[in-house]
Amino acid sequence: MQIIIVGCGKVGRTLAEQLQEEESDITLIDVSANVINSLQDDIDAMGIVGNGASINTLMEAGVDKADILIAVTGSDEMNLLCCLIAQKTGHCQTIARVRNPIYGNEISFIKKRLGVNMIINPELAAAQEISRLLRFPSAIKIDTFSRGRVELLKFKVLPEFGLDGMTISRITETLKCDVLFCAVESRDQVSIPGGNHMIHNGDNVSILASPVNAAAFFKKIGLKTHQVKNAIIVGGGTISYYLAKALLDMNISVKIIEQNTARCETLSDLLPNATIINGDGTNRNLLMEEGLPQTEAFVSLTNLDEENVFLALFAKTISNAKLVAKVNRLAFDDVIDNLDIGSVIYPKYITSDTILQYVRAMQNSIGSNVETLYHILDNKAEALEFAIRDNSPVVGIPLSELNLRQNLLVGYLNHNGVVKIPRGHDTIQVGDTVIIVTTHKGLRDITDILEK
Amino acid sequence: MNYSIIFYIIGWILKLEAIFMFLPGITAVIYGETSGFAFLITIIICLALGIPLTWKKPSKKAFYTKEGFVTVALSWIVLSIMGALPFIFSGSIPNPVDAIFETVSGFTTTGASILADVEILPHCVLIWRSFTHWIGGMGVLVFILSLLPLTGGYHMNLMKAESPGPSVSKLVPKVQSTAKILYGIYFVMTVIQIILLLLGGMPLFDSLCTAFGTAGTGGFGIKSDSMAGYSTYLQVVITIFMILFGINFNAYFLLITRKFAQVFKMEEVRYYLGIIAIAVLIITCNIYHMYGSVSESLQQAAFQVGSIITTTGYATTDFNLWPEISRTILVMLMFVGACAGSTGGGIKVSRILILCKTIRKELHIFLHPNAVKKIKMDGKVIPHEVLRSTNIFIIVYILIFAGSIFLIAFDDFDLITNFTAVAATFNNIGPGLEIVGPIGNFEMFSWFSKIVLSFDMLAGRLEIFPLLLLFVRDTWKKF
Repeated sequence: MQIIIVGCGKVGRTLAEQLQEEESDITLIDVSANVINSLQDDIDAMGIVGNGASINTLMEAGVDKADILIAVTGSDEMNLLCCLIAQKTGHCQTIARVRNPIYGNEISFIKKRLGVNMIINPELAAAQEISRLLRFPSAIKIDTFSRGRVELLKFKVLPEFGLDGMTISRITETLKCDVLFCAVESRDQVSIPGGNHMIHNGDNVSILASPVNAAAFFKKIGLKTHQVKNAIIVGGGTISYYLAKALLDMNISVKIIEQNTARCETLSDLLPNATIINGDGTNRNLLMEEGLPQTEAFVSLTNLDEENVFLALFAKTISNAKLVAKVNRLAFDDVIDNLDIGSVIYPKYITSDTILQYVRAMQNSIGSNVETLYHILDNKAEALEFAIRDNSPVVGIPLSELNLRQNLLVGYLNHNGVVKIPRGHDTIQVGDTVIIVTTHKGLRDITDILEK
Repeated sequence: MNYSIIFYIIGWILKLEAIFMFLPGITAVIYGETSGFAFLITIIICLALGIPLTWKKPSKKAFYTKEGFVTVALSWIVLSIMGALPFIFSGSIPNPVDAIFETVSGFTTTGASILADVEILPHCVLIWRSFTHWIGGMGVLVFILSLLPLTGGYHMNLMKAESPGPSVSKLVPKVQSTAKILYGIYFVMTVIQIILLLLGGMPLFDSLCTAFGTAGTGGFGIKSDSMAGYSTYLQVVITIFMILFGINFNAYFLLITRKFAQVFKMEEVRYYLGIIAIAVLIITCNIYHMYGSVSESLQQAAFQVGSIITTTGYATTDFNLWPEISRTILVMLMFVGACAGSTGGGIKVSRILILCKTIRKELHIFLHPNAVKKIKMDGKVIPHEVLRSTNIFIIVYILIFAGSIFLIAFDDFDLITNFTAVAATFNNIGPGLEIVGPIGNFEMFSWFSKIVLSFDMLAGRLEIFPLLLLFVRDTWKKF
């Protein structure tokens, strides 16, 4: 698989790091020689210094033989131009990052008429993820499969649930709920649990369930499931705009605190129903005045990662709000996760996951497709959704008779739109989609779930 | 410093060396030579050390530039010490310092020998001497890179440290594939040369040894008169292949991928061929009176020029007896060396080119003090770091050169001998002038001088810095 990545910023770098584990030949293009040099020390890829929209540079990168071109430079126009030129000179699939909201409504035109195969808008994707979290504030992270029919929810086990010391099989027995425990993160280790895995207070547990079943489960263990009523957003960038728009559509009242007066005016024009506050989001008095202690959700989306984390920590001390912090650049995921500030959003991972999903789907040819892919548990595991298109060795055989690999879970089966947790006697049929949770990386085809 | 990974890679080097020694081992069996046992013992020692070192893959993955350079330097030292053992065990070269000098000379593709008469050596020892050239030519670590599935930063850091030239470029995105392609080209070209030599009536054993020496631009001969005894056809074949192996291997990759236009754009190759043409022309005129015919003079000149500029060191005649102009040109060519990214040594044509361009730029700036001018090569701007490291390289090169001449001066030979001895070893050529000329050897130097010259050979092959880093205290500090 020949992949060209144009633009080696945060997303470009994350993509290259994850793609090199998948045995692809990667060529990186960036205008800055420094960026290319430093990348080549860490990543086994060819680096080319140049403008990615120039035919010469692209030819040097081998665009005529490439399978995919991913344009993730800072400029939307540049990304689109790269894709257009790549398509005229080669036969590759193209993916562009387009983040300007102005193009937001024109994506279908760009895809159809300009022939760009995939458009990714990181800000929109991040806003969507935050809005899911605010709809279901008890979850730390929510990923959806099968167009929302199945959700992967991560939550923290609190003492009031009374789950401490219970094994997973006992929990499912006593609660009689159709949910699947697919990952448990305790203080020092991450595992894909078996039935006799013991849950403790403070563990982060991920479950797979349909939204209805999940709600029932959370009700039984006594976890709040209603969506928040109001939210304070600090920082008025593009994510804030998309988020506020989504929240307002859900009848959640929104307060945006933004420092720049001109930006405030634009926001007020775009979002007439939101309360726009022109002020410094790190001003303690301002936050108090605007009702931080009473708010149900607090989202920090400023440009500074440190500020976001700090604001969330502050909000944690004086309110019971659902906290969401955006971290764009910091590379200390583990440290941030230990701070226990609720949900942390990493836009670069959201973007790279979406692109990887597409790349994986392209790589396989033998009758099944990766529909969805998420990196979970600090990138230690993957949750994938496969669509079964043709007959393959796994079709028609009861799951209990398949020789599945270790550390792998067949999570959910979607048969003609009916989703359920598969039991040992269930079989995978052509046309189904299957959700797999596993610590093995790089699964491309459904047959990869079998022991080799 | 991540010692576990360094030892792991050195373990692989040992195992690889054991495998390489099967070639002389088999030769010994074919010719029924008892010296073969020396190789058997060495193979056992290499495996006994190498297998435990590579038993477990190290868990610590940290591998930075520092580790890359240290690994390469240590690998070459280990390689040379182990490679010297068969010489000692078989009694061909009983003195350990001499044996190490000979092996270092082999692996660094120098071809400087301490042996007065090579024809009395057993076949297995002869082929091992020549085979070390072939191994050292493209580099052992590059070979390991093509085999070992290491991920992440390992690759570039090792490749950077072992490959000659001011800056290293990959042919294809993955280092492993790049290494495979390089060795593929190397192997195929060697085989073609062997076939051409066989067609010219050279015996198989001679063809193998000669081709190994040519491919690695080494220069160990298996005859006392080097290549002088072979027919004109064979000498011409050797001349052509010496020059071919001195060309940047990127050019061959571009040829294979049919990017002909880009090959002709490679400035380094153009200048390299240009320098050869001019040198051959001048020397041909200069030595015409000695040989009496244009074709004979041309052939002698071409062979010697090709041999010296590619740092091979074969000889078809005693150029020590040539007129001063020719001798001077040859000494100058010693410093120029072959192209970057080839198997040859020396300063490298690309560095000389960069230097000349820097000088032109400085002059330009004297005339126009506010001028902004970028130095370009193959139409691309050379980054400042490459310019800086090239300049530093030359300075360190001169310092080491001067220091080495001083150190070996204690042996009280004349200046031309000392100067060309250092030039011939530091640039990985082999023969110098006067006592160390094509028919002479390095035997009469003291053990101390031999160690100094061995260091020079390693420093020349690894382009100085990896070896110097071993002597910097900070390299070994924990923090």
